[in-house]
Amino acid sequence: MTAIDDLFTRLRASGKKALMPFITAGDPNLPFTSKVLLRLQELGCSMAEVGIPYSDPIADGPVIQASYTRALANKVKLDQIFHQIAGTQPSLSMPLVSMVSYAIIHRHGPARYIESAKAAGFSGAIVPDLLVEESAPFAILCREHDFNLVQLVTPTTPQDRALKIAEQSSGFLYFVSVTGITGERTQLPDGLVDRVGWLRERTKLPICIGFGISKPEHVRLLSPVCDGLIVGSAIVRCLEKAHESEANAIASAAELVSSLLAALES
Amino acid sequence: MSTVTPNANAASEEAVRQVPDAQGRFGQFGGRYVPETLTKALEELTHEYAKAKQDPDFQAELNELLHRFVGRPSPLYHAARLSKQLGGAQIWLKREDLNHTGAHKINNTLGQALLTLRMKKTRVIAETGAGQHGVASATACAHFGLPCVVYMGAEDVRRQKPNVFSMRLMGAEVRPVESGSRTLRDAVNEAMRDWMSSVEHTHYIIGSVIGPHPFPMMVRDFQSVIGRECREQCLSSFGKLPDTIVACVGGGSNAAGMFFPFVEDRSVRMVGVEAGGRGAAPGDHASPLTYGSPGVLHGSYSYVMQDEDGQTSDVHSMSAGLDYPGVGPEHSYWKDASRVEYTSCRDDEALGAFDFLARNEGILTALETCHAVAKATEIAKTMSPDQHLVICLSGRGDKDAAELARLRGQEW
Ligand SMILES: Cc1ncc(COP(=O)(O)O)c(C=O)c1O
Repeated sequence: MTAIDDLFTRLRASGKKALMPFITAGDPNLPFTSKVLLRLQELGCSMAEVGIPYSDPIADGPVIQASYTRALANKVKLDQIFHQIAGTQPSLSMPLVSMVSYAIIHRHGPARYIESAKAAGFSGAIVPDLLVEESAPFAILCREHDFNLVQLVTPTTPQDRALKIAEQSSGFLYFVSVTGITGERTQLPDGLVDRVGWLRERTKLPICIGFGISKPEHVRLLSPVCDGLIVGSAIVRCLEKAHESEANAIASAAELVSSLLAALES
Repeated sequence: MSTVTPNANAASEEAVRQVPDAQGRFGQFGGRYVPETLTKALEELTHEYAKAKQDPDFQAELNELLHRFVGRPSPLYHAARLSKQLGGAQIWLKREDLNHTGAHKINNTLGQALLTLRMKKTRVIAETGAGQHGVASATACAHFGLPCVVYMGAEDVRRQKPNVFSMRLMGAEVRPVESGSRTLRDAVNEAMRDWMSSVEHTHYIIGSVIGPHPFPMMVRDFQSVIGRECREQCLSSFGKLPDTIVACVGGGSNAAGMFFPFVEDRSVRMVGVEAGGRGAAPGDHASPLTYGSPGVLHGSYSYVMQDEDGQTSDVHSMSAGLDYPGVGPEHSYWKDASRVEYTSCRDDEALGAFDFLARNEGILTALETCHAVAKATEIAKTMSPDQHLVICLSGRGDKDAAELARLRGQEW
């Protein structure tokens, strides 16, 4: 039982939903990442997704790509990220999940990745380029270490495959809302609510929806059919001027997050 | 036609040849490391390609195009003057530069364009480095009436201008990519991102033996026409298989197409030549098989230039088509199985080979190909005149004239 499993058990028992912001580790520096995480927790976010910057992120749109580029330009290293998160851990009660390319996990060594991530305080990993077919050896290691491996389903995933992926996923299932890359959308695709609803009737695993979510009306539309909502590019965009003023960047992210949390409560 | 020398050790050679498996694994290499969004299209492509491969009508249509549109078979030319100059092996050039559009890339794009139609997809995207794959994609799309978008690193747009112009003349849209190193790797990233959104109606024609399964296998198969023809031409020209074959390796498609039909012929020494750039220091070359380590890039597991965190490293080659930090998984497999030798050739050595071939044979060769020519001339010198060495002459050099002038500080 990880902190994520525990979180969703509690949320479901009280009929609540999670808001899960995504931020990029080390954009523009690691102490700022800690400050943002603490502020998000204070605002009432249930958990956070920490993006490990990667040089060739195929599933990411311009906003997150640019944040990875900024972090890497400042030479942020995986060990430093873990060190920073470990240092912040005593003040963090919300669970953290890492979003990380398999290129990084493979290079670090899958078992070593899990051990270092866990030691730093991560409860699991989302690995956007590790398909269910390729994931078995890593999934076994994750289970052995009581570390969640969050799998993804997308609009192009056939129903029978979605069920198989849900079976293999742990912590929660990441339901990608759109056929495409990360980035804010004004409009989410028709039929999304029905597709999530279909899957939710067939799995006990919590379902969180991500990609494109940026507005209170998205939250109001989707929260009834899922367990949580993931907001990435919209927040990363608020934070992209941190090098000018950290306080202003955090204030603007906080304003967005507060409006989304209010929509979640209503 | 004479028969082929029987294999001494057929069983184990069969094992080297029978790759990839159903998961697209060449030994431990290959596979599929992509977002779930692309899985359905990759499955569909795998399925359609398997059907097409068995379909005599598909094969006949492709062969007819390769014959009448591309001009195949490409000649196997005996470079007698060059051979004599070097005083070693007889050097033969497999003239892929004489194909329509001037390189081997068209062999693959026509095959994939036919598959695009079979899958009822209505739009094509491609990445390109040297622009040869972009031109070959634009050509195939113009031929079949498909809209075509080509992603090309902004640095490559600059150094391969003639190809950019050709693509536009044939109605393709060229989108310069400004991110990262502004070269081939970034063009692949952008094409993959386009595909993430457009995958339901768009086919991504990958230009080399890279990417997720089934691309490495399928592109190799389409390019294998080079090696199949070459094998027959060797037998009819000098009555036996060649002693040595040399090809340049960017992503590795001309080399894979040349090598694959010879993999079981253990008597044939095969050498792949990567871009050695300015030298062996990190960032100065683009030689993952020579200096890299196994890792994940662009959807497959293969040798790659990466740092200690798995971030892709910057690479350098004066040749846009070889300026890439990764390589096709089958080459990684051949390297670890010791079936193919891989080496690298510096920018200055390749430039020397350009002049050597131009002056001695009257052939202007693509800068990519010059890397193979440079190593081949070295190897030929160590061989005897009754031995035969084949170079895969993957492309012609017209596209590089302006860049050559710039590199040499000459007027264009
Ligand atoms: C003439 C020529 N040769 C070789 C290459 C390298 O590609 P590959 O290694 O896939 O053959 C290119 C790529 O642009 C090319 O244009």
